[in-house]
Amino acid sequence: MIISIASGKGGTGKTLVATNIAASIGEVELVDCDVEEPNSFLFFPDREMKESVDCTLPIPIIDDEKCTKCRICSDFCAYNALAVFPQQVLLFEGLCHGCGGCAIACPEDAITEGTRPIGKIYEAQAGNVGLIWGELNLGEAMATPLIREAKRRAKSDHILIDSPPGTACPVIEAVRDSDFCVLVTEPTPFGLYDLSIAVEVLKDMEIPCGVIVNRAGIGDKKVYSYCEEQKIPLLMEIPFSRKIAELYSKGIIFSREMPEWRDRFVELERKIEEMVR
Amino acid sequence: MKQMTVISGKGGTGKTTVLASLAYLAQGEMVVADCDVDAPDLHLILKPKIKETHDFMGLQTAVIDESKCVQCGECEKNCRFDAIRDFHVDPRHCEGCKVCTLVCPEDAITMVDEVSGYAYVSHTRFGTMVHAELIPGEEASGKLVTLVRELAQKVAEREKKDLVLIDGSPGIGCPVIASITGIDLALIMTEPTLSGIHDLERIVGVAQHFGIKALVCINKYDLNPEAAQQIEKQCQEMGVDVAGKLPFEPGVVDAMVSEKTVVEMGGSVGKAIEDLWDEVKSNL
Repeated sequence: MIISIASGKGGTGKTLVATNIAASIGEVELVDCDVEEPNSFLFFPDREMKESVDCTLPIPIIDDEKCTKCRICSDFCAYNALAVFPQQVLLFEGLCHGCGGCAIACPEDAITEGTRPIGKIYEAQAGNVGLIWGELNLGEAMATPLIREAKRRAKSDHILIDSPPGTACPVIEAVRDSDFCVLVTEPTPFGLYDLSIAVEVLKDMEIPCGVIVNRAGIGDKKVYSYCEEQKIPLLMEIPFSRKIAELYSKGIIFSREMPEWRDRFVELERKIEEMVR
Repeated sequence: MKQMTVISGKGGTGKTTVLASLAYLAQGEMVVADCDVDAPDLHLILKPKIKETHDFMGLQTAVIDESKCVQCGECEKNCRFDAIRDFHVDPRHCEGCKVCTLVCPEDAITMVDEVSGYAYVSHTRFGTMVHAELIPGEEASGKLVTLVRELAQKVAEREKKDLVLIDGSPGIGCPVIASITGIDLALIMTEPTLSGIHDLERIVGVAQHFGIKALVCINKYDLNPEAAQQIEKQCQEMGVDVAGKLPFEPGVVDAMVSEKTVVEMGGSVGKAIEDLWDEVKSNL
């Protein structure tokens, strides 16, 4: 079973929830797909590194001797990543999506493919929790191929996905093929608005979802009436608590210090499994 | 014309809350742009009245003509974005590369243009605002950010305003890069948590990678004063100045609920944002 944890708005507690579920249930792989700012591994200081590999994208390599400067490749490229000049062909690496189209389109077989690194994938083990996370290189724009690769590395049948914030392509790649998505929000106008966009995305993708309200007690009650209207199950409330905030700020999984919460996260996961069945 | 973007690396560190207050403080002198296009919230405070709507054409999408398709599987084999499964294109994953049209032996695939979102030019109580809406599940948010910024610059020229204030998105990828390309100053929000510290280092690295001057603001610094001190030390080592430190105050959420900026509500955070604005202005 694959459970993803997403949110719409940033900073609502995705990583808080994902790390607490993982630590509470154990025997699970936690895949951090927030490859732009991965943080979940920070909460497992006892982790033992298993592997780190470069994640690469294919890029065209042009054989200047074979190339007749016909411009078929640059005309084909949907991303304006190739420019043909009388003497040479220029590649703008940052624009290239690595689709391989130019190599197929070239009538002279002058294009082969090489690779360029866009980030790294790390794998570690922390007790009975397997950790996988991607880390996008600084200055690199394309996060989705790295997310795809991080997910591909998860092999068990119990997978938790920590999604990036927002509702655009990185989120869609992260939650794709999930059996269930937990949406973490806060009871504020910003939290509610972004939650409603995330719900639309998940509906469109036909992924069932439920809501966790974090920092319950602040703001207003509108997020609760929204969930009721939309018939979205309210899975859990995590109260606004200075103790939880402090533990989080120090990188401590709060259910490890507050054992009653461990049972609640185990129960949460059991409830989700039941709903999926 | 000067352009400043509020960014953060980590989400939920107060970008929109601070930017709305800066728009209040600079009212009448600026154009404001919400470039967090896939989770926009600034409109909830500024309550824009839409004056112009522009269609946003995102990436093209492949469509398979079932009557021509012989189910040879060449398209699926050659698609590097896993966008084709069982002889159907999933438009959410199609990146518009056209490779499938190239390899299809039956010419059964065509590319179609689709409206992926809208950009708006609106009136607010602090001045003109440019914002956008991405149709849920659509791609190319970076391109939409660029469209919003182009519109904001045009409006600023037309209205003879010298400043564009931009609300960015969390992270360091495509929409963030699009929101800081060519700006004069990045204001980086962070918070005193282990995650905040880790993410700050990366976003500062990105700003420096693109040669953009950056200032840091520590939000809720008093929730973990030790970590806040560590951030200040980290900033010193990275060569960026801390322009402001905002205390934790539950009233900040009340401002959001009553659709006001924090500065309009008064209080210690409002005062700290006024000081932050003085610091930012002297760096612009």
